[in-house]
Amino acid sequence: MRYSAWAIAREGLTGNRGWRPAWRDPDPKPAYDVVIIGGGGHGLSTAYYLARNHGITNVAVLEKGYLGGGNVGRNTTIVRANYMLEGNSQFYSHSLKLWEGLEADLNYNVMHSQRGQIMLAHSDGQRDLFARRGNMMISQGDDAELLDVDGVRRHLPYLDFEQTRFPIFGGLLHRRGGTARHDAVAWGLARGADRRGVDLVQNCEVTGIDIENGRVTGVQTSRGAIRAKKVAIVVAGRTGQIAAMAGMRVPIESHVLQAFVTEGLKPCIDHVVSYGMGHFYISQSDKGGLVFGGDLDFYASYAQRGNLPMAEHVMEAAMTLMPMIGRARVLRSWGGIMDMSPDGSPVIDRTHVDGLYLNCGWNYGGFKAVPGSGYALAHLMATGTPHDSAAKFRLDRFETGRGLMDEEGTGAQHNLH
Amino acid sequence: MRVDGYGRIDRARPLSFTFDGKTFTGFAGDTLASALIANGVALVGRSFKYHRPRGILTAGSEEPNALVEIGEGAATTPNTRATMQELFDGLTARSQNRLGPLDLDLLSVNDLAAPFLGAGFYYKTFMWPRAFWEKLYEPLIRRAAGLGRLSGQHDDGRTEKAFAHCDLLVIGAGPSGLMAALTAARAGADVILADEQTEPGGRLLSEREEIDGQPAADWVAATLSELRGLGVRIMPRTTVTGAYDGGTYGALERVGLHLPESADLPRECFWRIATNAAVLAAGAIERPIAFPMNDRPGVMMASGLRSYLHRYGVVPGERIALFAANDDAHRTAADLAAAGIEVVAVIDPRPDATARGDYRLIRGEVTGTRGRRALREITVATDAGEERIAVDALGMSGGWNPNVHLTCHMGHRPVWDDGIDAFVPPETHVPGLTVCGAAKGDFSTAACLASGIAAASTALSALGLTAPDIPLPAASDDPGRARALWQVEGKGRAWLDFANDVTTKDVKLAAQENFRSVEHMKRYTTQGMAPDQGRNSNIAALAVLADATGRTIAETGTTTYRPPFHPVSIAAMGAGARGKGFAPERLTTSHAASLDRGAPMIAAGLWYRPSYFPRPGENHWRESCDREVRMVREAVGVCDVSTLGKIDIQGPDAGAFLDFLYTNTYSTLAPGKVRYGLMLREDGHVMDDGTTACLGPGRYVMTTTTAAAGQVMAHLDFVAQGLRPNLAVRHISVTEQWAQFAVAGPKARDLLASVFGAPPDLPFMGCTETTLSGTPARLFRISFSGEEGYEIAVPARYGAGLFRDLVARAETLGGGAYGMEALNVLRIEKGFITHAEIDGRITAGDLGMAGMMSKKKDFIGKAAAARPGLTDLARTALVGLRPAVLEQPILAGSQLYDGSDAPVRTNLKGHVTSACYSPTLDCHLALGFLAGGRKRIGSRVRAVDHLRGSEVICEVIDPVAYDPDGGRMRG
Amino acid sequence: MRIPCPLCGERDAREFTPRGHATLLDRPDVDAQPQAWHNYLHLRDNPAGETRELWHHTAGCTAWLVVQRNTITHAITGASLAREAGHAR
Repeated sequence: MRYSAWAIAREGLTGNRGWRPAWRDPDPKPAYDVVIIGGGGHGLSTAYYLARNHGITNVAVLEKGYLGGGNVGRNTTIVRANYMLEGNSQFYSHSLKLWEGLEADLNYNVMHSQRGQIMLAHSDGQRDLFARRGNMMISQGDDAELLDVDGVRRHLPYLDFEQTRFPIFGGLLHRRGGTARHDAVAWGLARGADRRGVDLVQNCEVTGIDIENGRVTGVQTSRGAIRAKKVAIVVAGRTGQIAAMAGMRVPIESHVLQAFVTEGLKPCIDHVVSYGMGHFYISQSDKGGLVFGGDLDFYASYAQRGNLPMAEHVMEAAMTLMPMIGRARVLRSWGGIMDMSPDGSPVIDRTHVDGLYLNCGWNYGGFKAVPGSGYALAHLMATGTPHDSAAKFRLDRFETGRGLMDEEGTGAQHNLH
Repeated sequence: MRVDGYGRIDRARPLSFTFDGKTFTGFAGDTLASALIANGVALVGRSFKYHRPRGILTAGSEEPNALVEIGEGAATTPNTRATMQELFDGLTARSQNRLGPLDLDLLSVNDLAAPFLGAGFYYKTFMWPRAFWEKLYEPLIRRAAGLGRLSGQHDDGRTEKAFAHCDLLVIGAGPSGLMAALTAARAGADVILADEQTEPGGRLLSEREEIDGQPAADWVAATLSELRGLGVRIMPRTTVTGAYDGGTYGALERVGLHLPESADLPRECFWRIATNAAVLAAGAIERPIAFPMNDRPGVMMASGLRSYLHRYGVVPGERIALFAANDDAHRTAADLAAAGIEVVAVIDPRPDATARGDYRLIRGEVTGTRGRRALREITVATDAGEERIAVDALGMSGGWNPNVHLTCHMGHRPVWDDGIDAFVPPETHVPGLTVCGAAKGDFSTAACLASGIAAASTALSALGLTAPDIPLPAASDDPGRARALWQVEGKGRAWLDFANDVTTKDVKLAAQENFRSVEHMKRYTTQGMAPDQGRNSNIAALAVLADATGRTIAETGTTTYRPPFHPVSIAAMGAGARGKGFAPERLTTSHAASLDRGAPMIAAGLWYRPSYFPRPGENHWRESCDREVRMVREAVGVCDVSTLGKIDIQGPDAGAFLDFLYTNTYSTLAPGKVRYGLMLREDGHVMDDGTTACLGPGRYVMTTTTAAAGQVMAHLDFVAQGLRPNLAVRHISVTEQWAQFAVAGPKARDLLASVFGAPPDLPFMGCTETTLSGTPARLFRISFSGEEGYEIAVPARYGAGLFRDLVARAETLGGGAYGMEALNVLRIEKGFITHAEIDGRITAGDLGMAGMMSKKKDFIGKAAAARPGLTDLARTALVGLRPAVLEQPILAGSQLYDGSDAPVRTNLKGHVTSACYSPTLDCHLALGFLAGGRKRIGSRVRAVDHLRGSEVICEVIDPVAYDPDGGRMRG
Repeated sequence: MRIPCPLCGERDAREFTPRGHATLLDRPDVDAQPQAWHNYLHLRDNPAGETRELWHHTAGCTAWLVVQRNTITHAITGASLAREAGHAR
């Protein structure tokens, strides 16, 4: 059924009894054209665009838990296209454009809010780096504005401009940057894929990948064997384990990234603000909670939880930058498993196994990539050629050194990106 | 209403406070909530979505409704639980989340639209027209949502953080916690006893009970006294908020929140408690019943009624009814009746329920309530039909939920116990944590006391201590019989999550729309996402979901328990970081002298360095900078370079060690010589550059850049210990030990002659150990300016004096101190690189230094640097840039394009890394990376800066724009 | 998290800096095949369970340690000096 104000009015007057399930709960069929392992944001997006753009609907998404239960359900909801390097630049630009049409496309309000993102610069050198980044954004067709300190003050008058440890020199404003309601993105894509005939199979854990003569033929699951002509691994956080089922060792290390939300507050932070020196970023959800985070805990982890040192560091950054929020109380903390890659950028590519595709390595950047990633992987799987936006996300770039996208410049150490 | 003879308040100490501008009086020992109840205030807030009137529900930290703003101005603290806020004289409190006065909240119109605002309605609308989201819909939603307000001002309240260590941490000081602490303390363990409440004692302070024949409160007092005597550290007002790895617990102590804010006492302290073992005795929370219209002010928890009566001597009404399917309500009724309060009825659906006193027992259910801003009447359904009963308060009890949270902070899930209709801690959970008392499902006082002893004994044996033989105090062993009662069907909404306005209908709608996973239901309805994190309501919501989906509660499962157990202020967890406290400040020995000369200081990593040294008449940084550059080029300049990393490397294999670290060779470097080196990361990209001097056989001093000093030091540690452990070499950072100053310019030699008494006899790239005024000193002939340059290093304690002396002498020679701005110009003129160029993505080849990569030996990064992508001729490489119109500035961060190419990404040829005005060459200059690199010298490119609207035609030149053959440097 | 440094005793993890899997100690020969270097620099077993990881006691004795740790439970079961692992080869 189509969602609209009219539907809400009609249902409200008739006891809300007519709302249909947002998606079915089908049992897996014995065979599909495409099996996607992973029912997170990227997997659902891939299924959605396979159906929408390419008419491929004999597709199953296999999820070991519940739909949208991975990183799409535990992030800080930031959507932006502000990358500096070739490869990332065109990809996130494309993804942001998809975001801008996503609600109409899905008939689902994902609350994409282009409230503006500001990255703060603390030195001349950092300002020069932001200039380079901003110029790249504009030359890619996105928006960017360089702010001096007065410009920052106009947007963010509540920052501590006088005493903060690393003085605020200026910033880079990305007006089309913002946030979205993370769960809604997963649900909207799930509903859209389901309506086009895709089978979303929850509580179905993949336990093996079947390969014959170098070609993928299906998967083994907790709910039986499923044959497939093509299989995509889209399991950020578990890439190593699933890829190993296909005999692959991948350039990924799993790390924990914590995030935090406060109790609800009346509107006080209108932008997404990021503070490079403190590894701190923050926005306010529509419900009123301040949503913020910082850096990795730095040790490898699958625990989906972190420890106090980084949590405290994040709060400390908040206190030096915007002491206005000191009396807000942290309500909840959580941790996501980050697929950290050697250059901090992702992979969307074929593998050495015919018909087996790999989508991994999103580091911290996976949420905003959800539509773009599914779009590009669906294109690659359907047409056999990479989509222009993601053609640089090659798996072999580490071995060849060609087209590395190390935005942080920290090199091939997974936990430094 | 106060009840004479009850409560632990001090009626001799009245305290005045205000709520929403109205002045009231309470007593010492009151919470804000008990004082409001005493004053007959029932309406204290508004709910999140429908803005329904909300009253006080509980007497504990789980309170979902009575969240208020405390204090004024910058000291405003939103979302304060009135149930936890101790009263003090002059306390000001305000209700929140309302538009207009609390009793008329204009947003309560939302309640009329409730049929249209069910679970997830916002996902289905507000999509058209698209531009309205940011401009109209979202601002409206944001304004209506949220709870309290921040002041908008910097928070200057004092907070602290601290570490504590112990053998055993006991969490909770109710009967089981006190018993556990006593057992452990008598065994000689070092014990911390943390309790959330003002007074330790837990539920014992809220009940009419006896232990060992004496009133429970007296037993508590005697036990605490013994614990103190045994050296137990008792921490009241301290909530243990999280269990972390390695026996670390987070805890928030409300140090000064019970007093007016002052500069003498921190508001809060966030503790990191490291312990070998812990006992969780956090008790249990009574859960509400989802019956129709159960959200009116005046509907409270039955146990809350007892707490208010026994601890504060207050009751919320004169005609009180109770509703439960357990004995707890009867206990409350008996206590109220004993205090002379009229118990109108106890409604209990159990056929075998019996009254425990002289009150009316109705075997039925409450199916409705009335009363606009406070409860006036309840509707009771029995087999005989419906009855309306006039009441002004209703206590309810849906049973008890053990506080299992901390046991689940490491990813474990609680398990369902059919015997008590509740989740209990799982078999294995947080290592070293033992659970006891109501937190593990022991509901009688006797069982709590016994399990406290048992838990402590378990912990003690893990610590290698022997539990003493402790007699079990005599106490009630009645756990109270109970039957689960989650929801009551009927007309009207039945609330689960009072704060977030989630009703049973919302949960059922979620199930209807196939949000059947408990996580989906939670996220779709926002159940349990309010400030109480579902402590009151999550389990009932699970029960409703289980019922709606035809599963058991155990099958339905719980959502994830995550820290903190109770919210922690950012100021507490981030204590100490306000202003400069966030990171250490590193000051050079010349810092004071630089400030004396009016130099603006800029941050360079953790260091502060002078930007420039303004002189009278100079009004713009460029005037000072240009003058300092000329000074160095024409006379002599002095610059503190102590921030560069300095690493002392010694041992017979020091040369081999350096050979492995640097791309070029050091083992051939003769004593008294300095060599410039390039260091790669193992992935083949440049990590850092710098000079290393050989002071003698097997004795070297390495210099790193300021930015990479820490990274290089850790790298050396790694290489020495992990990759080349067999080399006989040791290294240590001496950055802090030596103050080092660059002296550069054609008169540098004269200046050194005046300092040392004789002109230095050092060739370019030479070094020597010498003395200066009798102290050891090192002299290097190196240059980052392109002029004849020296660096003098002295032990740091002489740095301040030497800097002042060098600058004074320089000034007599027409020179003086120069800062970072001039240093940057000097190095750009010479094409010397910094981390603006070596940004982590650059190869030696990109810098034109491929020749520095030795072919004869292995070195870090050698193999990876040979990858085709790193040696590709299509890569961009370092060039110099000069504007075709000399006075046009080139902006750092600009993009480089060829000819008339459109300035779009697909045509991009490079970028500008550093730019300056060169007073020496009287033109603007820049460094950048350009496809084709030096092969492009002589051609033209466009430097485009979209951000600042600048487009400059540039001539590509050699990176070394000044003195290309280096004659001035070599002297 | 607390790490049993062989030189300093059990210390809070905030004194340490983790780097990555202990395979980083197994540096290939400079002439090894590119695939060996690719393996060393980029590819990881990334175990969900027991792992051996390099930690630097940055704010302590500056020793690099090989820490045995579980990536699911975070339980630390031992630590040895990277120097000893290097000597053993």
